[in-house]
Amino acid sequence: MILLSHEDWVARRGRFIALWTDARHAYALYQPGELVAVELVDGAYPALSHAGAAWFQRLAHDLNGHTALGATDTRPAIDHGRAADGTGPWPEFKSPEVEGVHQVAVGPIHAGIIEPGHFRFSVRGETVLKLEARLGYTHKGTLGLIRGKSPRLAARFAARVSGDATVAHASAFAHAAEAALRLEVPARAVYLRAVMAELERLANHTSDIGAIAGDAGFAFLDARFALARERLCAAAQAAFGHRLMMDAVIPGGVAGDISTGGAAAVLDALTALEAELPSLKRIFEDYASLQDRVVGTGIVPPALAAAYAAGGYAGRASGQTHDARLLPGYAPYDNFALFVPVEQEGDVAARIRIRLAEIPESIRLIRDMLHSLPETPIAIAPQAGSGAAVGAAESFRGPVWYWLRIESGVIADVFIADPSTLHWPLVEHAAATAILADFPLINKSINASYSGVDL
Amino acid sequence: MWKTVAQHLLSRAPAARQADPALVKTLRERVGASALGRSLAIRVVSAGSCNGCELELRATQNLVYDLTQYGLSFTPSPRHADILLVTGVAAHNMREALAQARAAMPEPALVVAVGDCAVDGGVFKGSPAIAGGAGGVVAVDLVIAGCPPSPAQIVQGLLALVEAQAPLPALPKRREPRRAPRLPPE
Ligand code: SF4
Repeated sequence: MILLSHEDWVARRGRFIALWTDARHAYALYQPGELVAVELVDGAYPALSHAGAAWFQRLAHDLNGHTALGATDTRPAIDHGRAADGTGPWPEFKSPEVEGVHQVAVGPIHAGIIEPGHFRFSVRGETVLKLEARLGYTHKGTLGLIRGKSPRLAARFAARVSGDATVAHASAFAHAAEAALRLEVPARAVYLRAVMAELERLANHTSDIGAIAGDAGFAFLDARFALARERLCAAAQAAFGHRLMMDAVIPGGVAGDISTGGAAAVLDALTALEAELPSLKRIFEDYASLQDRVVGTGIVPPALAAAYAAGGYAGRASGQTHDARLLPGYAPYDNFALFVPVEQEGDVAARIRIRLAEIPESIRLIRDMLHSLPETPIAIAPQAGSGAAVGAAESFRGPVWYWLRIESGVIADVFIADPSTLHWPLVEHAAATAILADFPLINKSINASYSGVDL
Repeated sequence: MWKTVAQHLLSRAPAARQADPALVKTLRERVGASALGRSLAIRVVSAGSCNGCELELRATQNLVYDLTQYGLSFTPSPRHADILLVTGVAAHNMREALAQARAAMPEPALVVAVGDCAVDGGVFKGSPAIAGGAGGVVAVDLVIAGCPPSPAQIVQGLLALVEAQAPLPALPKRREPRRAPRLPPE
């Protein structure tokens, strides 16, 4: 960590990842994992001008009461001003001042089986002029629950920050704890974590591609991709004892070895997916009414993606090359020559194409890793040391970052940055380039987590 | 493409599941017979989950579990719903919306809490930001525990609820789905 003066803090350039505060400092994290800090003065710090900083500054205010001096966006993030009985006021949503504009309110309860959030669209006719997302509905007080616990106990909360990325969150948490306590994780655990992470990526890519097609009214692809996800989850259950592999990654290693027959179950699911993928891909590419809905829809221009340091398929569909798995020292990927697809179009179709291209790569990685599993123990017990560190893991939707300060084996402070925090503004921007009926496609193609940002 | 579609359409329907009689009996004492029948519409409200429970709820609709074959379907509107299915801890910020969804449903209505979070807060139990599960906001008829419960457990729970509240005597057993002819191998 580098302590900066107020001037240097504000002047600092780079790809901004996250900002948070503790009792004495405000911290900012830049790629590829550089942590800088500034001292708080009367509970305040100078606001950062990075596009992605706004949500973090609002969050720091609601969580810790710290003010970002000079911030232009001071809306509450998670503090909805609820009374004890749960009732509370609605904020005012501003529309652009043009003739014929009106507002459409959606949520917090959505039509489908998804997480809650409120979307306020300003529309003129069918065209969306502006979208304002009001999040915070799933705020569960996760950071407070992690403080005061040992890394092993706290791993249960990291695994539940965003259930669809439970392996990635648990891995990033473990990486931070292991760096803070200077633990050397056994090689077999490193490989098994990566196998689970790639399985998780495949399960999400398949189910999300299907769901986007489903939202476009194309039920067949939805059904087939949902079946692929089902096979992968059943294989995860057979191999690691849990369909989502929750609580399988722990600080110091993994909770259990891959089961007898587990590798075979996983490989079978991969074979089934690999066999069907070309025909599903052809249907996606050939079917004109489906392409009509996704091509040119919800464009995130590369410059915008760069401004928000977008990761995952949301960034890579818009020219961003970053992938946390390429970070130096991110074992075991340095042994497997990772291929990361990148496109420039930035529309819904490009995001789907990126995910379609990542599927064969994850299949290859899992096969190679399962065939070269090192014969070592699967975990070591974390000792009761002290230290602070950041840790990262590449989830299916982008890099997840954890910051931990551990004192005598107990977590004194923590912050969690899910990539969704940087992706929600992209959803807002992309929605305002399209018609209202396209919003479900745009939203699902970026698929930002609600729980991951509400904490 | 059409050949692929035809092949998949003609593949076999999944095996039907039956409700567990012991669970049906206990539930019947709890919820009593209602006039809802056996074709029930479900409104899902995610009230502060980690989204794991939603993934498995969506999976109940896939080709393996095929919840729809039992007459159970998901509806976007609470006005059309017979069952309110709640996931998540009932975060304080969701309490009002959850109560409003319940109030918007026609009576009689049933409430199911899915997942440990909705049962009692799960791992988040004791957090000051939550109402400690669905029961903190609405009266719950059935809980389906698990973190997350598997799609099979969710289907089993819902089937038992359908049987428990359905007017007696039970309708004749449902027919096996017609087996479609198989295409000759290529
Ligand atoms: S019960 Fe488990 S899977 Fe379901 S929402 Fe809670 S933490 Fe997530």
